[in-house]
Amino acid sequence: MSSKRIFTIMILTMAIVGMGGFVTAADMPEQVSIDRLSDLFEGVEFDHAMHTELGEDCSVCHHHTTGTGTTDERCISCHADSKEVATVGCSDCHVAAPFSSEHINRKSLEIYQFHIDTPGLKGAYHWNCIGCHEKVDGPTECVDCHARTTKGDAFYHKNAIGSSGAGGE
Amino acid sequence: MSGISRRRFLAASLAGCAATTLAAPKKALASGIFTGYPESMGVLVDLTRCIGCRSCEAACNAEQNLPDPLLPFDDKSVFDQTFHGGTQKRRTDENAYTVVNRYNPEGGEPVYVKKQCNHCAEPACLSSCFVNAYTKTPEGAVIFNKKVCVGCRTCMVACPFSIPAYSYSSAFDPLIKKCIFCHETRLKNGKPPACVDICPQEALTFGKRKDLLKIGNQRIQTHQGRYLDHIYGENELGGTSWMYLSPVPFEQVGFDPNPGNEPIISHVKDFLSTVPMVLAIWPALFVGFQLLAKKQAGHGDHDHDSEKQHDEEGAEQ
Ligand code: SF4
Ligand code: SF4
Repeated sequence: MSSKRIFTIMILTMAIVGMGGFVTAADMPEQVSIDRLSDLFEGVEFDHAMHTELGEDCSVCHHHTTGTGTTDERCISCHADSKEVATVGCSDCHVAAPFSSEHINRKSLEIYQFHIDTPGLKGAYHWNCIGCHEKVDGPTECVDCHARTTKGDAFYHKNAIGSSGAGGE
Repeated sequence: MSGISRRRFLAASLAGCAATTLAAPKKALASGIFTGYPESMGVLVDLTRCIGCRSCEAACNAEQNLPDPLLPFDDKSVFDQTFHGGTQKRRTDENAYTVVNRYNPEGGEPVYVKKQCNHCAEPACLSSCFVNAYTKTPEGAVIFNKKVCVGCRTCMVACPFSIPAYSYSSAFDPLIKKCIFCHETRLKNGKPPACVDICPQEALTFGKRKDLLKIGNQRIQTHQGRYLDHIYGENELGGTSWMYLSPVPFEQVGFDPNPGNEPIISHVKDFLSTVPMVLAIWPALFVGFQLLAKKQAGHGDHDHDSEKQHDEEGAEQ
């Protein structure tokens, strides 16, 4: 093998490894603060890095938006090789107020298209987390993931007269 | 339409020939089911999504200013409560307009079922009410006017879902108590009810009823095996604004699997016609109740508006 060829391979390898490193470090957050909807419960500090190690690939959570394709047979006919999109955060597709009259009217106009049932942000979070946690015996109770606020304690009537005194969970 | 039929029913009864004319409105009803206001709203309850967190109960309690609960709303021991010798699970009452119950269908995961008024298109409560206390609003809610209610409890008997309850705090001022779809505080302003808003699982989908049917059917199609191929409330009892999707046959999760597709009013009349005592005093009852209704609510003109049951003032709960 000529030294030139070895040199080329070295450069290429470096480029690939480097690029991989670049994607992980810069594009993929270690930690994601999920706190847009916090009110009765505090936000969640989501350990993204840990979950990326557990998930088979990005599409498990990010569907067809990260450029890894999708294996979900309901999506594959259109999204088998969908490209990576500019932003892949949950709230880029899942709206925070899915039942506002504005959103409902828009949905009503688009009712003959396929994506008529995209969940809102809160639903999307909880299905993704709880749906998987149930399968892998992860935490599923509300306070396992986010602490309840004082407002939340009052809302759930923590100190109802018949309560055990433990104040719920 | 329920309004027309009910009034025809009233007029016929008032003529004093109750026994013979009772059959006539039944026929009229069977020939044309009111399919509801076209733009009316509804909620699709997806039993495969509910995790039994009871947040919807807490939200209802806060929104409707209901009394403090005995147990906190995150206490899951309520799912083990049964009544009437274990035959009955928790029901809605004057302190709780919605309850979530847990069912354990044969060999499967537990299924949680949220129960509340289903806001029928042709509500039996409305049709059976002598004093016209109930209104089906164009938005889809079945609301009532507490000023008109005389506390006769007929609606309690008439409702196929055992929903209306009474507050017995005052024997002389009984009040209907039931879910009103948050009509006053939310629905009429285009907002979803409090339970829908709080649900972490989006088990409750709020939208136009006609869109919810499309969404429900799409869910059944795209998630083969997940759902029973049936939207409960699409046709049951003439259709309801709140509808259900279930992973298991509906009778396994506390529903009457075959309530029929006709509005309940026909059955109510059959039931009432078997009570000779009531029949005998029928005309007097109607005259009395109607006078009462007119007097208390100033409903004089409202009665002629046969197209709409909507009453702007009829919503105080
Ligand atoms: S469920 Fe019962 S209370 Fe509710 S609208 Fe129907 S008949 Fe009336
Ligand atoms: S808030 Fe939603 S998930 Fe929780 S019990 Fe009610 S319907 Fe079920």
